[in-house]
Order: sequence, then C-alpha cells, then structure tokens
Amino acid sequence: MGPKMSALDRILLLATGVLAAFQIIVGIDNLSALPIWAYTTAFGILLLAGILLIIIGFDVLDSPAVVVVSTLIPLSLSLGLVWEHIPAWQVPYLIFVAIGFLAVAFSRAIPIPGKLSTFVLALVHGIAGLVIFLLPLGLVIQGKVPAGFALVGVGGALIGLGGLLLAFLKAGRPVLSREKILTVLPGLLLLMTAAFVGGFAFI
Amino acid sequence: MKSLLAKLRLYGSLIKSLQTGLLLGTGLAGYMSASCPITHWTTLLGLIGSLFLAISGSTILNMWYDRDIDSQMDRTRKRPLAAGKINPLVALQLGLVLSLVGVAWAVSINVLYGLIVFAGLFFDVVVYTIWLKRRTCWSILWGGISGGMPILAGRALSTGGLDWVGIVLSLAVLFWIPTHIMTFSMKYHEDYKAAGVPTFPSSYGFSLTRAAVAISSIVAALSMGIAAYGIGMTWGYLRMLVVLSAGLLTLAVSSLMKPSERVNFGLFKYASLYMLTSMLLMVMYGA
Repeated sequence: MGPKMSALDRILLLATGVLAAFQIIVGIDNLSALPIWAYTTAFGILLLAGILLIIIGFDVLDSPAVVVVSTLIPLSLSLGLVWEHIPAWQVPYLIFVAIGFLAVAFSRAIPIPGKLSTFVLALVHGIAGLVIFLLPLGLVIQGKVPAGFALVGVGGALIGLGGLLLAFLKAGRPVLSREKILTVLPGLLLLMTAAFVGGFAFI
Repeated sequence: MKSLLAKLRLYGSLIKSLQTGLLLGTGLAGYMSASCPITHWTTLLGLIGSLFLAISGSTILNMWYDRDIDSQMDRTRKRPLAAGKINPLVALQLGLVLSLVGVAWAVSINVLYGLIVFAGLFFDVVVYTIWLKRRTCWSILWGGISGGMPILAGRALSTGGLDWVGIVLSLAVLFWIPTHIMTFSMKYHEDYKAAGVPTFPSSYGFSLTRAAVAISSIVAALSMGIAAYGIGMTWGYLRMLVVLSAGLLTLAVSSLMKPSERVNFGLFKYASLYMLTSMLLMVMYGA
C-alpha cells in the first residue's frame, strides 16, 4: 500500500491529464504519421497514468505492467524526435526502440537471475532519456529550432529522473524511498508534461 | 427555510444526480454532434429540460418500484424510499408527473424526438425494471437499450430523423452499459444475491461476466470510434478517442486476465469517465 493520495496530488494529476489531452488533440498536427502516433502513445500513456492514479490511487503502481508501459513514454517520445529531426537515424533508432521495448518486456515477464533485467531497463531508459534531453538542446544550439524547444529537453531530463526512480523502485532497488518518490511523483509528472507541451508549442 | 432545504435534498437524492447528469450529457452530445454551432437556443434548452424531467421521472419510478429490494441491500438501504423517509405514494406521483411533463415537452418540440424519449422511459421503467429485472440477468440488455435512447433522441432532434450515426452512438452507450453495470454487480454481488436480483455473476459466474465486460468494452469502443468518424471529428479528437478506448480495453483485458477487486473497481470508474469524456469530446468538437 502506498501513501494516501491528497487533494493536491489529484489536482496535479488532473492538470497533467488535461495538458496531455490538449497535446494529443491539437498539439501534434502537421507532422508525419509516425511521429504523430509516437507522440500520441507517449502523451496517451501520460494521460491514462494520470487518470488511473486518480481513480485507483498509488496502488496502481504495484502492477508489474507499469515498468513495461512506462518505458514506452521515453521510447516513443525519443522516436518521434529522431524521426522528425535526424532522418539518417530513423531506421536504426526504430530498430533500437523495438528491440529495447521487447527486451524490457521479456526481462520483466521471464524471471532472470542477477542484475540483467535492471541493466536492460537502465540502458533502454537511459538512452531514450538522453536522446530526449540532448537532441532538442543540440537543435537549439545549431539554430535549427526556436530556443523554446529546449523545454522538451527539460522534459526529457525530468522523465529520465522520474522513469529511473520508478523503474528502480519497481525493480526492487530503490534510489529513494517509496514514500518520497510517491510524494514528488504527481508534481514531477505535471512539470514534465508541461515542459513537453510548452516545448512542442515552439515548432 | 432549513427544513425546506432538507426536504429538497431528500427529494433531490431520488433522481441519482450523477446518473441523470451522465444520460443528459449523452443527449446533449447527440444533439451537438450535428447542430453546432448552436443557433436554436430554445430547442437546446427544450432538449435539456425535457430530457432532465423524463430521466429524473423514470429514475424516481424505478426507485419507487424497487424500494423493497433496495431495503434489503446494504448499498441502497439508506435511500430515502427504502429507508421510509419519503411517502411512496408521493414519490410515485412525483415520478409520474415529471415523466409525463418531460415526454409531453419532448413531443411538443418534435414528435420523433418525443417518441424516442418516451421509448427510453418505457424500456427503462416497464420493460427493464417492472418486467425483467427480477426475472433474468438479461434485463441489462433492455437497460442498455433504454440508456442509449437519450443520445439517439438528441441526434434525431438535431438531424430531424434517424441516421446511422445516431444508431451507432446509441449502440456505443448500449455496449458501454454492461461494462458499467456488470463491474458494479460483481462488486456488490452479495447484495444482489441477498435481494434475489439475478445478475450475470450470479447466473454465469465471475469469469464469464469478465469476458462479457471485455467483449462489450471492445464493441462500445469500436462503436464510439465509428460514430466519431461518421460525425466527421478531426484526427486530433479521433486520436484522443483511440487513447481513451485503449485505456478501457486495457482495463477490461486486465480484469479478465488477472481479476482483482482493485482492477474491477478501476474499470467501473474508468468506464463512467470514458463515456463522460467521449461525450465531452463530441460537444467540444461541435462547439
């Protein structure tokens, strides 16, 4: 059992859901098909996470599926960014996303002794998180996109932080205590989503 | 003044505000799916008023008829009629008056619209509650048909006739209702059993009920998507519907694969939110 969800937590999660819904409906038009569906997946999971946390409470995080599904957020966001901005990496990165996701899913479904499953999780999250963090910053520095797009990188840093905290908690090797993570989670989710929505508004 | 407020609160609880609000929302969404931007405010206000009265009237009549079984169930025994706080004859009169005024108002706006509103009331009170609810668990089907009438009525009022979009919209509500009701009847299985009301879990077991919930969720989500496409909703709204439908299906399948009280409760709550949000999307798109 996790700590009881406060009214403020619910408000923060609701705001996260509203922002994610806004992004799905109006924020990602005028892109090609794959980035649109990649971003829809990422923001869709953020929206559903917000709703399910409000409805069921923090207990929903006890589901073993959380680790696998939460991996889809950085993977699909980074795939969308790569697909849009680095054409040469499109196919290799798509392959990495597919293999990375399957590796995380299988390492969670099949009991693997040792630290291999945690290593796989950290590797996949880490690479996807770094892409979301560094790619927008690189594009801003090169002057290819407006400076505000750097907010996506900020979102990437936050998602990397939140994702790793949750992933290691679920993997049984918590960096922070469960209570501390759950205390900051709603705020972190809102900040992260706001950073993404804000950043994408500049392109 | 204080006693008047208390009385209003007591009688207000007879109309199940959340359920009435949700059904009213579907009627409004059906209307706005074809009539936006709204140019006929009088028609819109008529729709809201007549539907509110008809739905409230049928809910009160249901409560009046079911007061004996409500008094046997923990969940419902505190309802004003079951607890003996309201005179049953007064409740019956109120339910009849609201129903009659609601239907008459609806007919005066548009005959087809009025007939559909009446059909919804008739299926709900006579077919579902009085005839079938205590005899067979399949009564839920008629409850579903009745629940699909407000959205069909709203659509018919705005288009001036019955079209395939309206029928698919009402099918979406019809197939959403088992998700809502069956998860509820699993949660309060013992209550229904004590009152002798046949439910899917008591007639066919929990596993089959969960399978029925999963299948009806899939059909409801598909119907909603097809109707949204038929309305001409833009890709952004359709993407949003896909996301919401994915959540509904995930919960329904989770409930089937790894049943638990938590997932069942989550599915019950999510199903309501799903319907409310879908209707809101239609209204927002129309506006």
